[in-house]
Amino acid sequence: MATRQTRALARTMMAPAVIVLLIWMAVPLAMTLWFSFQNYSLINPMMTGFAGWANYTYVIGDPSFTQALVNTLLLVGGVLVITIVGGTFIALLLDQPVWGQGILRILVISPFFVMPPVAALIWKNGFMHPGYGMLGHLARWLGLPPVDWFAQYPLFSIIIIVAWQWLPFATLILLTALQSLSEEQREAAEMDGANAANRFRYIILPHLARAITIVILIQTIFLLGIFAEIRVTTGGGPGYASTNIAYLVFRTGILSNDIGAGSAGGVVAVIIANIVAIFLMRAVGRNLDA
Amino acid sequence: MARNVSTQSRIGFTIGAWLVALLIFAPILWTALTAFKTEAEAIASPPTFLPRTFTLDNFEAVQDRSDYIKHAINSIIVSVGSTLIGLAIAIPAAWSMAFAPSKRTKDILMWMLSTKMMPAVGVLIPIYLIFRDLRLLDTVHGLTVIMTLINLPIIVWMLYTYFKEIPVDILEAARMDGAELWNEIVYVLVPMAVPGIASTLLLNVILAWNEAFWTITLTSGRAGTLTAFISSFSSPQGLFLAKLSAASLLAIAPILLLGWFSQRQLVRGLTFGAVK
Amino acid sequence: MGSISLQNVNKSFGEVQVIPDISLEINDGEFVVFVGPSGCGKSTLLRLIAGLEDTTNGRILLDGQDMTDAPPARRGLAMVFQSYALYPHMSVRDNIAFPLKMAKASKEVIDQKVEYAARTLNLSDYLDRRPRALSGGQRQRVAIGRAIVREPKAFLFDEPLSNLDAALRVNMRLEITELHQQLQTTMIYVTHDQVEAMTMADRIVVLNAGNVEQFGTPLELYRTPANRFVAGFIGSPKMNFVDGAEAAKHNAHAIGVRPEHFALSKTSGTWKGTVSVAEQLGSDTFLHIHLDGIGLVTARTGGEETYEHGETVYLTPDPQRIYRFGADGNALAA
Repeated sequence: MATRQTRALARTMMAPAVIVLLIWMAVPLAMTLWFSFQNYSLINPMMTGFAGWANYTYVIGDPSFTQALVNTLLLVGGVLVITIVGGTFIALLLDQPVWGQGILRILVISPFFVMPPVAALIWKNGFMHPGYGMLGHLARWLGLPPVDWFAQYPLFSIIIIVAWQWLPFATLILLTALQSLSEEQREAAEMDGANAANRFRYIILPHLARAITIVILIQTIFLLGIFAEIRVTTGGGPGYASTNIAYLVFRTGILSNDIGAGSAGGVVAVIIANIVAIFLMRAVGRNLDA
Repeated sequence: MARNVSTQSRIGFTIGAWLVALLIFAPILWTALTAFKTEAEAIASPPTFLPRTFTLDNFEAVQDRSDYIKHAINSIIVSVGSTLIGLAIAIPAAWSMAFAPSKRTKDILMWMLSTKMMPAVGVLIPIYLIFRDLRLLDTVHGLTVIMTLINLPIIVWMLYTYFKEIPVDILEAARMDGAELWNEIVYVLVPMAVPGIASTLLLNVILAWNEAFWTITLTSGRAGTLTAFISSFSSPQGLFLAKLSAASLLAIAPILLLGWFSQRQLVRGLTFGAVK
Repeated sequence: MGSISLQNVNKSFGEVQVIPDISLEINDGEFVVFVGPSGCGKSTLLRLIAGLEDTTNGRILLDGQDMTDAPPARRGLAMVFQSYALYPHMSVRDNIAFPLKMAKASKEVIDQKVEYAARTLNLSDYLDRRPRALSGGQRQRVAIGRAIVREPKAFLFDEPLSNLDAALRVNMRLEITELHQQLQTTMIYVTHDQVEAMTMADRIVVLNAGNVEQFGTPLELYRTPANRFVAGFIGSPKMNFVDGAEAAKHNAHAIGVRPEHFALSKTSGTWKGTVSVAEQLGSDTFLHIHLDGIGLVTARTGGEETYEHGETVYLTPDPQRIYRFGADGNALAA
């Protein structure tokens, strides 16, 4: 619905955004790909030349890779489950006619605005520290030995922190979706004799399906790249117990200065993200088009 | 919308909701309270709830130790700067997509979204090396460029969904009234889209403020933002819980306030307009 | 000056051909109405003239100058949109002043012209309001005000009255007609309402499926419709069409009789039928009559006599005003 001139103009106007993003995507990615087949270490500058698949076999062959892959999946999956189940529950609660809804919303949404390193540090020191953390105090008060969270359950601790950060997001989106459910539909179901459980199962849950898909999609995008929370708490350890793929690449490439192997890890991370993205887009596409 | 609910159940729901909300908010509240305690009181067992001796020493110590002000200024420059540059690039692009869509518009939008799915670690090493060679490591402008690029897809998407709601008639009327493209955008589109542009700006400032991958990997002392500032507290040094809390509070307070004001736009922005 | 000439204009949206081939000459100062059912391409044609869409082929000339590829801003035309398309963030004054501001007129000129337009359109008291604080009719006038201040070569109206209620529509119809008489500027007016077309136009273009069915004065269209489509579209209530044996008697594939061209009798006539519904308007009565062996027709009669459901009546078509159509739908010479 426009003239050729307008369309030509439109292409020009779109060009900067497209070009900038294209460069942002293509150039570093191509470089990563290139490096991944090179012997390239900042520590040992004598080592150069084509490496073939050596970097890949080195990265993938190392047990740390398998562990990082499993950790990544556990991290993403764990956080998704906690935030969606918890978020649905809280959204249902906030959707009730409660007093002080405005303030409640603000309280619940707040963790989302806390930058990841702060979130990680206040949990690590204020809550999960066995000596003076809140959970330690609680354990002593209950007469239990305090848990050294990051030593004993490093990955689980990180899942808790990340879930705390993303719970508000899931809640807010599910709440928004809930509030768009028409009162009439709810009342009609009530008139039809559906009890609360049935109403949830047959009316509310299907209505939330779209919002849940969106939560999964967007959170996955962010959760695959979790980094700062690991950096400031466990540093990926003990061993590789809390290292995900993102952090593994950082450890290999930047901390160990092995550009070649780090790049190979980066390429693998991109491939994993793409596989996940394809699955997601397919699942989400079905839900979004409707 | 007032559903008929008995007062008892309303009280029940209210108590339940407040308990859950306070539980979620507790880490922030606890940090805020601890920030005003002395170090000794902060780690006392059993803990105190309100500070027994109210002190501002921690804030002073944090400023002395890590120069909060400098990091905060860096954060402001990077987050606001990247958002403004992003808007300047995205407004024309979103205009094109919303008002002169072609068959490829949807594909381009999806592609932009997909750039967000590319894991940052996949490009960390080249970016790090490029930055090193261009002497952009640990510079505020280098970081601003990166932040612009990461948030550009979100800005384009958000603006696109807001622009879509403006009737194309009105832009056509401007064209008939003799407005060239520049005037059409400046006098008609932008003023009409002010609320949408404002929430886009706000959300992206928040996202850039809290971005913690590139800010940590690409900066150190000089251009460090608040995320880098707070990360310097990751290894404990003696009695430091109260100081850490003060630093945390300082790092999150500005954006927390901004976030409270913009929470309604947040949903729409973060879902790329899919949930309103 | 504002003559508009379309030469073999056609327009396709992708595979879909909206306008196959149209040539039209619109004279300076003329009030031309494009009328047709929805989807007939009338709005597209207007947008082509405006420059909001471009032609797939063909040329558009304004005052003899080829404007086919000129952007809308450079064509010197003004348009009033169906939705009014007022700038919601500007006051009425700024809305009307906008085209002048775009033309870089001086402040004095702008003020003077806006005041004048506001006086002409009875908007003086509302100049500082925002469009949303105005009624539909007032918004319409602001849209017209915005169009007249730039003294365009021609005005384009895209179904401007369809969002108004019936009473207001009649008023605005008059106002626009008066405006035309006062300004003597070319106006092209798009509507689906044949009453608007008949009452306002100097000449009417009847469009159907992207083709010009007929281009002529309102009375030409009424008296000598070129084909069955125009005959059925112009005139209210619609012309009755009869085919088959009755039409064959007149050497035609189909014949048409307007409701007002029947002689009605309760005792005798050419066609016998029974009254189904009588719509009494006071001044007139529209009778829907089942004619034996022909079907349902509408007849118009004076408001004095009353008819009941089921009553037997006889209709006699005025022999001078029976329209004859061939198998292709075109009118046959009398």
